[in-house]
Amino acid sequence: MRYDTVIIGAGMSGLSAGVRLAYFEKSVCILERHTTIGGLNSFYRLRKRNYDVGLHAVTNYAEPGTKQGPLSKLLRQLRMKWEDFDLRPQLRSSIVFPDCALHFTNQFNFFVEQISAAFPQQIDGFRRLVARIAEHDALDLERSTLSARQVVSEYIRDPLLLDMIFCPLMFYGSATPHDMDFNQFVIMFKSIFHEGFGRPFDGIRLILKRLVKHFKALGGHLKLHAGVQEIRQTNGVATSVLLEDGTEIEAENILSSAGAAETMRMVDPNAPLLKAEPGDISFVESISVLDCEPASLGHRDTIVFYSDSKNFHYERPNVPVDLRSGIVCSPNNFDYSQPLEDGRIRITALADPHYWLNLPEEEYVAAKDYWNSQIIQSALRHLPDFRPHVIDTDVFTPRTIRRFTGHVNGCVYGAPQKFVNGQTSVRNLYLCGTDQGFLGIVGAMLSGITIANRYLLK
Amino acid sequence: MTSDQIRQVILEILERIAPDEDLTDLDDVRPFREQMELDSMDFLDIVMELRKMYRIQIPEEDYSNLNTMAGTVSYLLPRLKDVAVGA
Repeated sequence: MRYDTVIIGAGMSGLSAGVRLAYFEKSVCILERHTTIGGLNSFYRLRKRNYDVGLHAVTNYAEPGTKQGPLSKLLRQLRMKWEDFDLRPQLRSSIVFPDCALHFTNQFNFFVEQISAAFPQQIDGFRRLVARIAEHDALDLERSTLSARQVVSEYIRDPLLLDMIFCPLMFYGSATPHDMDFNQFVIMFKSIFHEGFGRPFDGIRLILKRLVKHFKALGGHLKLHAGVQEIRQTNGVATSVLLEDGTEIEAENILSSAGAAETMRMVDPNAPLLKAEPGDISFVESISVLDCEPASLGHRDTIVFYSDSKNFHYERPNVPVDLRSGIVCSPNNFDYSQPLEDGRIRITALADPHYWLNLPEEEYVAAKDYWNSQIIQSALRHLPDFRPHVIDTDVFTPRTIRRFTGHVNGCVYGAPQKFVNGQTSVRNLYLCGTDQGFLGIVGAMLSGITIANRYLLK
Repeated sequence: MTSDQIRQVILEILERIAPDEDLTDLDDVRPFREQMELDSMDFLDIVMELRKMYRIQIPEEDYSNLNTMAGTVSYLLPRLKDVAVGA
């Protein structure tokens, strides 16, 4: 079979690109190495309970019927309805540093008031920063990179406020340590502070299943357990993909969400990697299932971003898990019409992928248990002691992320260098997803859509 | 197709692309973009929906004809005159 486009990866970006192409009558096949869809934002079942792999919250929240913003744009492009995503808004989230806490909701003015009260000297600068962000076109595919810390410090003089603003944005999207590209900063700032968090009652599986159903109804093909071993090319033009089981599939164009370095290795395993270095920012996450709602213990925040030192350290730690900072997420604390089946506390912290990927199998389980209790212990400064209520536990590590995403270092946000225009050295091979550079779940979907529109719908 | 039929087709396309817009009071001689939230991605979708439905190719230099309902209908009328509704 020969397709107009073969898409590598059935995550958010690949599925969204697939929907666009199938809607406009292109023949398209999505190939997924894993046995299930979703990639970084997948889901699984363990001991009779449903879990999301990566999802804390969907960013870019908008009220149903909103005509502007990324979520509305996305739904229009996919010809899907607000109900298909069923996003319920967050209750309230917090950024907690020593001696200072800022709260935010999906109403941006609330955050501005918080900053005004806690940092009265900085509020004018903050307002000017907001104006700068508003006029920045983050979807421009032909832009150059710029240090966000440098730009933002022109407006925000207080280093504590600077780090408190960067903390959630880096945790939820930065592939680079310490600093991020200003364009990425703008995307994250808008998606988290301006628009905010939402979550479907049924978790990420709802959105993924709707996308797949839509894609198939439009005539698209999806093959699971179909890892691409090689992208074949002649004179700089890709001609087909060779699957691990030996099947060859021909295509006019190939769109890969597998990561830049990972994709170029499919073209030529011996080629120098050029600039497509894989990233190494990764996380360990402790997931506790509780016999009660976190709110009944007094924990009402949707997400808490914390740092126990005034300087926020966002980098690959030289210990297995960096306990100095983290994220506490409770999927229960969204504005649902009924409670979730059980209580959940997810605590995420930066981790050293080299430690976790090289750990011998026989030590892996014990290491997960040990670091799970360490992470919980360190987070207890920011939430009530829920340990007596834990009825089940799961832990994911960089090893888990590599299994779901195929990313070389189990890196969560892909390569430090992004390929915003989606092009590669192979003429008809394009990139979408994490390494193209739009961030978050909505960003990932827009990435697939944007690259599909630009190159594959001609 | 007649002018009225083409107008109806365009309305249906707009409803698909922008389901949250109320199109009942759409003014045919004012630009779409003044009356609804329509960005360049949405605008391209009008062109692509027409291509999908009627196999009609609209070159980029002609896009300016599609800024209003009246302009779109008069641009499409000669091009769709031999086409049946729902073809």
